[in-house]
Amino acid sequence: MAYMKRSPWIIHYDGSSCNGCDIEVLACLTPLYDVERFGIINTGNPKHADIFVVTGSVNEQGRQVIRNIYDQMPEPKVVAAFGICACSGGIFRECYNVDGGIDQVIPVDVYIPGCPVRPEQIIDGIVRALGVLEEKLAKMKEDGR
Amino acid sequence: MSLELLLFLILFPLLTAVLCLVLPDHPIRRWVIRVSGVLIGAGAVYLLVTSYDSGMRLIDVPHEPVGMIMQVIVLAIALLVLYLGVRYRKPLAVGLILVQTALVQYFEFQYAPGLAMEANLFVDEFSIIMALIIGVIGSLICIYAISYMRCYHEHHPEIEDRRRSFFFIMFVFLSAMFGIVFSNNLLWFFFFWEVTTLASFLLIGYTRTEEATNNAFLALHMNLLGGIGFALALLYIGVTGAPLGLDRLVEGGAAVALVPAVLIAFAGLTKSAQLPFSSWLLGAMVAPTPVSALLHSSTMVKAGVYAIIKFAPVLSGTVPGLMVALVGGTTFFLASAMAITQSNAKRMLAYSTIANLGLVVACGGIGTYEAVWAAILLIVFHAVAKSLLFLSVGTVEHQIHSRDIEDMDGLIVKMPRVAAMILIGITGMFLAPFGMLISKWASLRAFIDAPGGLVFVLLIAFGSGVTLFFWAKWLGRLITRPLDEENIEGRVKTEEISVLFALSALVIGVCLLFPRIAHSLVEPYVLSIYGMVTQLGQDNEIIMILMLAMILVLPLTMLYFGNGRDRRKLDVYMSGRATTPDMHFKGSAGIDRQLSLHNYYLEGYFGEGKLMRIGVAVSVLLVLTMLELIVVPGVLA
Amino acid sequence: MIAWLYGIAFVILAPLLGGLVAGIDRRVTARMQGRVGPPILQSFYDVGKLFEKERAYVRASQNFYILGYLIFIAFSGALFFAGGDLLLVIFALTLSHIFLVIGAYSVTSPYALIGAERELIQLMAVEPMIILVSVGFYLASGSFYVSEIAAYGGPLILLLPGVFIGFFYALTMKLRKSPFDIATCHHAHQEIVKGVTTEFSGSTLGMVEIAHWYEAVLLIGITWLFFAWNPLVAVVAVALVYLAEIFIDNTTARAKWGFALGSIWLVTLVSTVANLAVFYIGGMA
Ligand code: SF4
Repeated sequence: MAYMKRSPWIIHYDGSSCNGCDIEVLACLTPLYDVERFGIINTGNPKHADIFVVTGSVNEQGRQVIRNIYDQMPEPKVVAAFGICACSGGIFRECYNVDGGIDQVIPVDVYIPGCPVRPEQIIDGIVRALGVLEEKLAKMKEDGR
Repeated sequence: MSLELLLFLILFPLLTAVLCLVLPDHPIRRWVIRVSGVLIGAGAVYLLVTSYDSGMRLIDVPHEPVGMIMQVIVLAIALLVLYLGVRYRKPLAVGLILVQTALVQYFEFQYAPGLAMEANLFVDEFSIIMALIIGVIGSLICIYAISYMRCYHEHHPEIEDRRRSFFFIMFVFLSAMFGIVFSNNLLWFFFFWEVTTLASFLLIGYTRTEEATNNAFLALHMNLLGGIGFALALLYIGVTGAPLGLDRLVEGGAAVALVPAVLIAFAGLTKSAQLPFSSWLLGAMVAPTPVSALLHSSTMVKAGVYAIIKFAPVLSGTVPGLMVALVGGTTFFLASAMAITQSNAKRMLAYSTIANLGLVVACGGIGTYEAVWAAILLIVFHAVAKSLLFLSVGTVEHQIHSRDIEDMDGLIVKMPRVAAMILIGITGMFLAPFGMLISKWASLRAFIDAPGGLVFVLLIAFGSGVTLFFWAKWLGRLITRPLDEENIEGRVKTEEISVLFALSALVIGVCLLFPRIAHSLVEPYVLSIYGMVTQLGQDNEIIMILMLAMILVLPLTMLYFGNGRDRRKLDVYMSGRATTPDMHFKGSAGIDRQLSLHNYYLEGYFGEGKLMRIGVAVSVLLVLTMLELIVVPGVLA
Repeated sequence: MIAWLYGIAFVILAPLLGGLVAGIDRRVTARMQGRVGPPILQSFYDVGKLFEKERAYVRASQNFYILGYLIFIAFSGALFFAGGDLLLVIFALTLSHIFLVIGAYSVTSPYALIGAERELIQLMAVEPMIILVSVGFYLASGSFYVSEIAAYGGPLILLLPGVFIGFFYALTMKLRKSPFDIATCHHAHQEIVKGVTTEFSGSTLGMVEIAHWYEAVLLIGITWLFFAWNPLVAVVAVALVYLAEIFIDNTTARAKWGFALGSIWLVTLVSTVANLAVFYIGGMA
């Protein structure tokens, strides 16, 4: 049970954004923040990932992509919306092509607002996501899957 | 007893052949073929049972009147070739057959009477092995051909149905092959050799299309050239008074037999399609699949390597022998590399045949006891696996109407049993613990200890890497499943499937029994010739069998993994694009596209044309050097 | 000649050692990049987690192939440490990789397919060198058996310097390190979405990881043979070789497959011919 918490692998999807949050997520990998300290790996492949990190809002094109990536992640999995765009649509909310936050498409477990979200917040968000992940794992075990 | 048995094996196929020629297309003919096939196979097995432990035995058969009959047939063959050569305007064939006939007739009249001998036939462990290959695999191919050829003519109405002569030649071929492996008299040997040349020529040209005719003549040219080499060997024997019996000649060693050995090895190189003579075997692909299977696995090319291995003790340690070995080694590496670029399954198989024979030839040229041991095992394993592969591809081709490897994806769903058998064949060709790999391993060891062995070690090391690549990508293609295909296997005739089953069982059986085969047939033979023998070591045999058992048991885990009821099935990752079950997705600008997957063929690195040019240049040089080495000392003397 | 006990010990202990090596590898890599890096035991956490995940699949047969991969790689390592025939070890290793490739083919995915083809190119590139390593050992020590090669009294590295250079060059690819990590790699690089392993998740991916541990230990074992005459030297040498591989990994960019194949073959040819020819010339004299 302890392992799930120690090895969170993420997949990062950038929706309709200004790329600000996008860059911040990548900044976490740099020596300054070095998220690999916590066993976090940015995998780029839904089948390998535990945490779905989304930055940016949802538009029509992105809908099925987000859905598809989410569906391909094995259980237990957690969705984390990073940045106000991902949470609610942010400054793009009223754009003609934007549907809003990613909870329009898939269930979101952790909301971390910010414009952009800061690396410390990101790390904090992932730690929160880990809690949810563990709960889900426990539930999965109960269901006998 | 053995005399009758040998005569049965040589003559009975001939009888069947004649029956096939006279009987019309009727169930009776089919039954004749089936029953004869079974009888021939049974005869070969009976030979094994009765004489596997009695070593080399010479068998007295009077030369006359057999010799007379043979001479008449040889003349008839020459006339036939002459006629066809003139009719199809092939001056080269005419020239070659004239030269060859002149040489042989000169020998017959000038020297043959003085060389009369009694022990014209013989049998030893190696000929038993060869007889088993010819008898069992050859007959299975003939039985398979019954339904295949029917199907073939349904698919190709434009080709004239000449099945009578087809089966006639197929069985004549078997008869001639038995003749080759049982002949002790080199004149007889040569006679049967020429019969296989003619038979292959007629089979390749079966469809009578322009391409087929040209390729048939290509094969004829090269084999006649080899035949001239053989005839020169006979002539040399006549001039020098060397023994005409295979046993005595080989015993004579390099001092007596080197020149004929090299000339016959030259003939062997042409017959086993080594570079620079490889093109005829590739051209032979135009013939119906059973012909390819027969030429590649149990007859023809095997006659070539048989001759070379018979003379291996003479070639061993000589410079011409080294040249033969180098031709083989070069062929092994280059043909394997060229196989990478082939997507036509039959062509790929052809290249792999050429490559494997190259390895056998290399072993024969090196000619040490270890090398011969490895070579014989190579012949056995290659024969079973390759016949299985060819026939399976033939069956697949009739169902999916393509012999392209790229079209074979999903075969594991479309034709699960046939695909499984191709899998067995492929793994048999290159993976531990299956046969070919064992023999490759043995030959590697043989090469290391040979003088100048580094070159061969390098060729085999790089060649193995390349071999791995082209087999594995075919293997992968078979189990790739882009679509939910339906099973079309029901359309395959039961008889074809049964033959494939029998051959698959043989592949696995031979692998399981290989220590037994090695101990009771190959080792006594090598021991009788060299007085020494090699072994893999009992530990290693046990480990090999262990691995085989593991592989055979592993599919049982499918029972556990196979039912996915409690699991979730995920879609293939397509960069987040939603994809339908039959692999359609929306591409850029919303255009509907379908996924299609293709293998690598690495044309830029292993281009056929480029490698072929290199190979021909190198091998011509080697062959010429080899011939020069025996001619020049003779001239000087 | 064959000590099965060592083989069994390998099957049990190699994952522990291999996982540890992988952890140290990641740590050292992080330090080279000026980071702190994950805990030493991180690889175990990762695999532990993978086995906790849902057992989803793309094609039901994939697990069967990957199990074959794991079993045969463990088998080949066991054979090596039991002192078996080195060539047989290599053949079993090849067999195991074919299972991996077939597993990648079976899922019918574009990314996995490219990974599979590249894995095959890797196999083709490295196979000659690996075979020639065993030939070199045979020529130098007179035996193919690992037990006898290891018991050879002298420093084999001095007899086989060229072979060692070639082996070192090919080892980069075998360990899936840059610049030759063309099929899949151990880092968070995202190229071709991780090649052969693209479609594998959960326990399937976990099995692939464990197989990599086994393989790493086996490769360390082969490296060890060059220095086996003195265990102390061997430990230092193996550590240095591994460090050097990590260093190369961190200082080079991934090569194209054509360059990878061509250069490995060239190095193989030159280094081994130069080295092994000595034995043949020496043998004739
Ligand atoms: S939240 Fe702000 S920084 Fe982040 S993507 Fe939206 S607009 Fe850019």
